[in-house]
Amino acid sequence: MICVKNLTKKYGNFTAVDDISFDVKKGEIFGFLGPNGAGKTSTINMMIGLLKPNSGKITINEIDVIKQAKKAQEIMGIVADESNLYNEMDGFANLCFCGALYGMGKKERESKARELLKLFRLQDAGNRPFKAYSKGMKRKLTIAAALIHSPEMLFLDEPTTGIDVESSRQIRELILQLKNQGTTIFITTHYIEEAERLCDRIAFIVQGKIVASGTVFQLMNNVSHSHNINLITNKDVQDYTTALQKRFKEITVTVKKPDELVIKTAKRIPLLPILKFLHEKDIEVYEAKEIHPSLEDVFVKLTGIETSVLQKEKGGF
Amino acid sequence: MKSLIAFYNILKKDITNYYLKPPNISWGIIFPLSWTLMQLLRSVDSSILELLPGLISTSVLFGTTSMLAVTITFERSGRSFERLLLAPISLNTLMLAKITGTILFGMFNAFVPIIFAGFFINLSDINWIIVILAVFLIAVTSSLMGLLIAVSAQQVFEAQTISNFFRFPMLFLCGLFIPISSLPVFLKPLSYCLPLTYGADILKGAITSNNSFSYTLCFVMLLIFTVGLFTVSKYAIEKKQNQ
Repeated sequence: MICVKNLTKKYGNFTAVDDISFDVKKGEIFGFLGPNGAGKTSTINMMIGLLKPNSGKITINEIDVIKQAKKAQEIMGIVADESNLYNEMDGFANLCFCGALYGMGKKERESKARELLKLFRLQDAGNRPFKAYSKGMKRKLTIAAALIHSPEMLFLDEPTTGIDVESSRQIRELILQLKNQGTTIFITTHYIEEAERLCDRIAFIVQGKIVASGTVFQLMNNVSHSHNINLITNKDVQDYTTALQKRFKEITVTVKKPDELVIKTAKRIPLLPILKFLHEKDIEVYEAKEIHPSLEDVFVKLTGIETSVLQKEKGGF
Repeated sequence: MKSLIAFYNILKKDITNYYLKPPNISWGIIFPLSWTLMQLLRSVDSSILELLPGLISTSVLFGTTSMLAVTITFERSGRSFERLLLAPISLNTLMLAKITGTILFGMFNAFVPIIFAGFFINLSDINWIIVILAVFLIAVTSSLMGLLIAVSAQQVFEAQTISNFFRFPMLFLCGLFIPISSLPVFLKPLSYCLPLTYGADILKGAITSNNSFSYTLCFVMLLIFTVGLFTVSKYAIEKKQNQ
């Protein structure tokens, strides 16, 4: 569906996007994750034909976006990182106007606008001016406007930034609904949890370069080569860790709390001998759980950037 | 057909959202009316007919350049202009849609002093076809100058400042208030480089038969300015997009 090859964008001496390449498959949600200034918006702006790259190639459905931007834009729905509809117009008129920009006839755009207002639960606000909408409502209407012409491909730049929890949840539900209907979605975000929940594949971009990409599972496997098992016991186990370590040479034991320890191994091992050993010491294990690294851990390890930095930059989750 | 739907709806949106708003309607009426009264009071010896070409030109120039520069800068700062740039319509269609609203607004402004003058003098000797054509072409060239200003400015106040920087010198160099022949030698070439010089001269000819150039030369010059300003504005928008 989308093929980006060796894309580079420079602003004077500053390289915002540095020779990046990736593919987005039809019907998938592809996430672009990175801090502010990493090159996310420059990349999306080049992909939608708003910005010309210094070098590289972008094709969408075999259409060369650099040479035939207007043709490519016919199949794109675009949501900018700001809710950029017309304050003076009401919700319904805004949607109809956006439909007209794609050459939709009056009846067709009015019927689609009503359908979208219903889908986004904005029917009651349809005749209110856009300026009277809350931030969350504005965001939803902006996404609805991008869908008025039923695009095959949706570009979402920071879709849930700065809006309330309920609206964010609704937007995420709608994104998944669109994916199920076959829409290909390219999303940029700095919310790791959002990317983990929504995206089929993710690329991490830092200082204009893609540092890692793949499915959440692949990204986690790339950084985690050990198995961690968390054990919760009925009493203090701190005095038994040395004995446990001596008995099972292949494990490393770390005490998290007096009654909680983590067993780290290079490969999977049977747990029963460990449980038996502890039982002999009159220690009962109530819970044993394998711990996987989160996408956040993967991001921090690959980029060296703390996730709190990402969230502070955009005003928090 | 798709481009036509987009063109019509952009024009309709601009007229509804900007030009038909009470502050702009009042500006469109009060400004030309004040200009007319001011000139009439100051120049008691001149006939209203002699003042009319200047009043029409001033009204069109101020109406069009202000409106387009301000509305586009306003849309650019709110990023709604980006929405238009991303629509699958050509830049030519978008530019035509944006300037058509301003041209209509400018023509409306032009007829305020004419209607006002109609209460005092007989206007039946005026060549109306030539007047309408001249008003139209002044409105087109002024709108395109407004577009060029809008592309260069980041904020609304900046657009207004740049507009004034161009408009006031133009008024005094175009031969409306000071004949070009009376201007210092070094300023004369500048006069011939202004579209308003030719528009105002056509109006002088059609209203008072006191034109310096032939109609043909003036219309050709205005058409050249139209094509030139359109091309430069288009280039400026494309260049801005790629920065």
